[in-house]
Amino acid sequence: MIVSPTRRRLLIGSAATAAAALLGGCDALVDNQHVARVLEGAEALNKDLQRALLSDTTLAREYTEADMSPVFKANGTQHPEGDAYASLLDNGFADWRLTVDGKVDRPLSLSLAELKQLPARTQITRHDCVEGWSAIGKWTGVQLGTVLKTAGLNTDARYAVFHCADKYENTADGQYYESIDLVDAFHPQTILAYTMNDQNLPVAHGAPLRLRVERQLGYKHAKYIMRIEIVDSLKAIGRGRGGFWEDRGYEWYAGI
Amino acid sequence: MFHPRSRSVGKPSSSDVAGATQKKLVFRHPLLVRLTHWMNVLCLFILLLSGLQIFNAHPSLYWGKYGADADPAFIDIRAYRDGNSIRGETRIGSLAIPTTGFLGASEYNGALSVRAFPSWLTIPSYRDLSTGRRWHFFFAWVFVLNGLAYVIYGIAAGHFRRKLVPNTNELAPSHLAHEIADHARLRFPKGDKARHYNTLQKLAYLSVIFVLLPLMVATGLTMSPAMDAAWPWLLDVFGGRQSARTIHFISATLIVGFVFVHVAMVLLSGVWNNLRSMVTGRYAIEVEKHP
Repeated sequence: MIVSPTRRRLLIGSAATAAAALLGGCDALVDNQHVARVLEGAEALNKDLQRALLSDTTLAREYTEADMSPVFKANGTQHPEGDAYASLLDNGFADWRLTVDGKVDRPLSLSLAELKQLPARTQITRHDCVEGWSAIGKWTGVQLGTVLKTAGLNTDARYAVFHCADKYENTADGQYYESIDLVDAFHPQTILAYTMNDQNLPVAHGAPLRLRVERQLGYKHAKYIMRIEIVDSLKAIGRGRGGFWEDRGYEWYAGI
Repeated sequence: MFHPRSRSVGKPSSSDVAGATQKKLVFRHPLLVRLTHWMNVLCLFILLLSGLQIFNAHPSLYWGKYGADADPAFIDIRAYRDGNSIRGETRIGSLAIPTTGFLGASEYNGALSVRAFPSWLTIPSYRDLSTGRRWHFFFAWVFVLNGLAYVIYGIAAGHFRRKLVPNTNELAPSHLAHEIADHARLRFPKGDKARHYNTLQKLAYLSVIFVLLPLMVATGLTMSPAMDAAWPWLLDVFGGRQSARTIHFISATLIVGFVFVHVAMVLLSGVWNNLRSMVTGRYAIEVEKHP
């Protein structure tokens, strides 16, 4: 006999205690702020590695019309509340203006018609939701880079922040917003889309204008864009983490 | 045959009454194999439970390039209203299985609630996709680095070649049939034969190490939109992001199946001997007593 009965009982006892501690302790570990900080370190690793594997112009796969989803799921806000958006919608967004300001040389105020006069890009791409589903759709819009070059960026410009018309949560900081850095802002497939599947962008998908940032997850693709603010830091906006969902624990870099 | 790092145990074994055999400790698992084994246990435990948390955010699996609510799912874990209560149902193809209490609808804080996998199988126990993702991606890194250390060691030290790759005799159908029959009767190798893994063991370990675990990493990467831009061939290999997600789930299920069988075999073939060998490296075999 290699293990004596007392040792065996001790081992069984410790194994049972360890198992109980493991199951009961998971939530305690999850809720521990120090543990959370350590785990968040993987986000920087993922961003650095993925950026190293991707050139600034590497494209996400583009699909054919045969690959398109029969129904493209609408997620998040489906119809922004409030009179301001309702009156814009009533008027077919003729009164809508896109504001581009912040750290730019020439702040802009562009109508939908003016945006549509700029060179357009059409792409059939896959939309990947953080929840796990995917949908393939066709988008037409102006490259964000074109708009930003027109405005002219200051030398300390670092991020483009998208302020949206929808309040996703009925709280003081419940307004939807998103942000991307200049690598993604000037990526050829990063467009401000005004049509989807050859139709004017439907309300459920962000009318009149939404962002497409094809190498990241769905929550980065801000809908109902009203204003693009160029900033040098994300600290002063929302809760300071760069987006509505980022402020609620999701990764700012959503390449995975 | 004398292993330089083996030694005899003083106490005679039970079958020693006949004076024929004694227990002898042989060195079986090198330190790096033991360390990476237990690190792997930790990683797979956390990856499975955080993975089920992520799955719960959209508990349907599709085949192809896209897949969402309106598209046909071939595996689907849902809750349906049933009078004042709810019932859980798991659908695989056209087969609908009632799974109330476990899948689709299960107890949470004393009430039956809508959850694909129950709270005791997810990290965290409550619904929190962002935290599940953080745990999953952090431990995916630990798992990959740990696995690389093991594979590099295994190749460099000849571990795979000497211990895991079966020879032609072992792969002969008659030999395999014999081993399967022995396994079914729970008859495990003794004596010198117990020094080595048997063929079924070798094949099971090789398929997990070189097929299922790499498949988990590759299908996991295929779900990343940035990785798909960097390595678009991933999409072609797995037939699209939603197929990759489905394969990720099936492969995880097969790994869970392997772990159940592995643990059952550990329990049936001498739990203390097996545990000691994976902790201290030393495994006891019965050898003929020399006069």
